[in-house]
Amino acid sequence: MAAILLIEDDPLVRRGLQLALGRHGHDVRTADTGEDGLDELRAARPDLVVLDVMLPGIDGFEVCRRIRAAGEVPVIMLTARGDDFDVVGGLAAGADDYVVKPAQPTVLDARIRAVLRRGPGTPDGLRVHRDLRLDTASLTVSMHGEPVPLTPTEMRLLLTLSGAPGRVFSRQQLLETVWEHDYLGDSRLVDNCVQRLRAKIEADPANPEYVQTVRGFGYRFGPL
Amino acid sequence: MSRRLWPRGLRARLLVAFVLVTVLGAAAAAWASARSASTALVTSTQQQLTSAFTGQIAAITPQLTYPPNQGTLDQLRAAVGPDTLVTYQNLRAADGADTDLVTAGLRDAVRGRNRLVTERIVARDTPWLLVGTPMVITAPDGARTPSGIEVYAVRDLTGVEQQIDSLTRSAGITAAVAVPLAVLLALLAAGSVLRPVREVRDTARKLAAGDLDARSPPKGVDELAELTVTINEMAESVQTSMVAMQRMQADARRFAADVSHELRTPLSTLTAVVEVLADTTEEAEPDARESAQLAIAETHRLVRLVEDLMEVSRFDAGTAQLRLEEVDVAGAVRDCLRARGWLDRVELVAPKELRLRSDRRRLDVVVANLVGNAVRHGEPPVRVQVSATREEVLIEVTDRGPGLPESVLPHVFDRFYKADAARSRTPGSGLGLAIALENARLHGGDLTAGDAEGGGARFVLHLPRDLEDR
Repeated sequence: MAAILLIEDDPLVRRGLQLALGRHGHDVRTADTGEDGLDELRAARPDLVVLDVMLPGIDGFEVCRRIRAAGEVPVIMLTARGDDFDVVGGLAAGADDYVVKPAQPTVLDARIRAVLRRGPGTPDGLRVHRDLRLDTASLTVSMHGEPVPLTPTEMRLLLTLSGAPGRVFSRQQLLETVWEHDYLGDSRLVDNCVQRLRAKIEADPANPEYVQTVRGFGYRFGPL
Repeated sequence: MSRRLWPRGLRARLLVAFVLVTVLGAAAAAWASARSASTALVTSTQQQLTSAFTGQIAAITPQLTYPPNQGTLDQLRAAVGPDTLVTYQNLRAADGADTDLVTAGLRDAVRGRNRLVTERIVARDTPWLLVGTPMVITAPDGARTPSGIEVYAVRDLTGVEQQIDSLTRSAGITAAVAVPLAVLLALLAAGSVLRPVREVRDTARKLAAGDLDARSPPKGVDELAELTVTINEMAESVQTSMVAMQRMQADARRFAADVSHELRTPLSTLTAVVEVLADTTEEAEPDARESAQLAIAETHRLVRLVEDLMEVSRFDAGTAQLRLEEVDVAGAVRDCLRARGWLDRVELVAPKELRLRSDRRRLDVVVANLVGNAVRHGEPPVRVQVSATREEVLIEVTDRGPGLPESVLPHVFDRFYKADAARSRTPGSGLGLAIALENARLHGGDLTAGDAEGGGARFVLHLPRDLEDR
C-alpha cells in the first residue's frame, strides 16, 4: 500500500494502470505531462513516482532529473523494451528501477514494493570507514561530518556492499539483493547506481576508494 | 607451362613489344645498309684491282715477244707488280709467297672460260682477291687466239674487311642506341595509356568497396576517355538505384519499427486491464469467463509478437547491441530453465566453472527458444549439453521427437516460417529462431539445425570464446 504518482501521457494507458495498481492496493494519483507531474509531486508528496519516458513537453529523463534534484523520492521508469537509449538515459537521470512497456501490473507492483522495501539490511549500528560514517539504524550517511542524502536504492546498495567489506559482489548478486529482481535483471541498473553513489560519497569518483570495481566480476567495498 | 615467357602486366607487355619492334627495325635497317655498303665496297675494290691489273698487262703487252721465254715471263710479272704469277705451258714466273694461293680451280676456270676470272677466298685468316686472266693475241684482222700465257695476281683484302667490320659494328651500335630510346618512348606511350586505365581501375575498386561517390575525371577524347565516361555513368546509375533501394529499405524498416512502437501503447492498456478482468472472471458467467481468458491469452501473445517484431527491427537496423559480461554458462542455462519451470523436464549436462564473456539476456533468449521448441514440438527426453573447445562454447539442444523434415530444414530460421500448418496454434510469434540466430551472430557465433543421432532435432549454438569488450 503506497501513495503513487503515475505520470503518463496516454489517457487509456494511464487509466488502465491506475485501475490495475489500485487493485493491488495502491493509492494512485495521475498526471498527463511532466510539468503537471512535478506540480503534483510537490502537492501530494507521494511515496514513489512511476514515470513514462515518452512525454510531451519535458521528457521523462528531464522530469526524473528534476525529481532527483527536489528530493529522494524513488522513481520507476516505464521504458520501451531494450531501447537502450531509453534505459540508459533513464538510469543516468537517476531512476531507481525501470519496467518495460507493456508493463504487467503484477511485475510493476513487485518492483514498487521492492523499491519501497529498500530499508536497512541488518541493523548493526554504526559503520565507520575513514571519512564515511554509515548509521544503519537511522539510515543516514555522512562524509567529513556532512550528511549525504541517498535514495533508497543507493542506500541499500551501500549497505549491501559495506556489510561485507572486501567481498566481491557480482552484478547479478546485487540485482537480486538490492533490486530483488528475481532473475536476469539489467546489470546497468547496478552500474548506474554505483556511478551515482560514487558521485555522492567519493572524493574522486574516477578513482573510487569505497566502491571499487573488480573488472569482469563486479564490485566490492573498500578500503581494505 | 611453369614459367610465363610473355609478361603479365600491360606496362611490361607494351614495353617488350615496343622494344622488340624498335630493335628489330633498327637492326634490320642497319644490317641491310651495312650489307649493301659492304657489297659496294667489295665490288669497287675488286673493280679497282682488276682494272689496275688489266691496265698493267695491256701496257706491257706490246713489248713482249712471242712465244715467250722465262725472261719474257719475268718481265711481264715485274710489270704487273708483286704477288703475281705468270705461267706459260711449263714455265712459271712467281713473286711473293702468297702466289701459291692460286688454286687449280681458278686456273681451270681461266683456261676453260678463256677470259678474266676473279675469286675471293679466305686463307691464313686473311681474305684475298685472286685475279687470273689469259692473254689473247689479237691478229690484225681481229681474230683472237689464246696465247697460252696466263697471269695471276693475289691481292690482300684485309683493309676492305676491316672497313666492312666497322660498318657492321656501327650498325650494331645504332641498334643498341635505339634500345634505351625505345624503352623511353615505350614508357611514355604506356604511361599515356595506363594512367587513365589505372584511374578507371581505382575508381572501379572504390565502387566495388562501396564508395559510390567515386568518379574518374575523363581526359582527352580517345577511347579511354569514353571508357571513363561510361564507368562514371555506370557508377551514377548504380548510386541512384542504390540510394533509392536503401531509402526504401530504411523506410520499410522504420515502418515496421514504428508500427510495433505504436502497437505498444494500446497493448500497455490491454496488459494493464486484462489482469483486472482475470480477477473478476470468478463470478462471471461461463461464456464471459472464457471470453475474458481468451482476451488475456491473446493479449499476452500479441505482446510477445510485438516484442519480437521490435527485436527483429533492431537487428535489421543494426542497432542491436551486445552487453558483455562474465557469465557462468552452466549457471545461466540452469537459471533460464528454472525461470520457465523446465528443470524437471530437461536433462542438463554442463561442466562447472565454464565462464564466457557474453550477453546474459541474449544467451537466455536463445536457450529459452531452443528448449521451448524442443519441449513443445519434440518428444522427451529433451537434453541440453554444454561443452567447450579451445575456440568456442557449444550449447546443444536435442530431443527424441520426429526431428526436422528435409523440406523444413532450409527454412527453419526464416521469419514467420511455421513448419506445420497444424502447429500454427502454438503460442509462438514465428520469429523465435530467426531472433535466436541473429543473437548468435551478434556474438560472432552461429546457430545450426540438424538431426540428432538417435532421431529428433538437434540445434547447436556456437559462441566464440575470444570476445573482447565491445
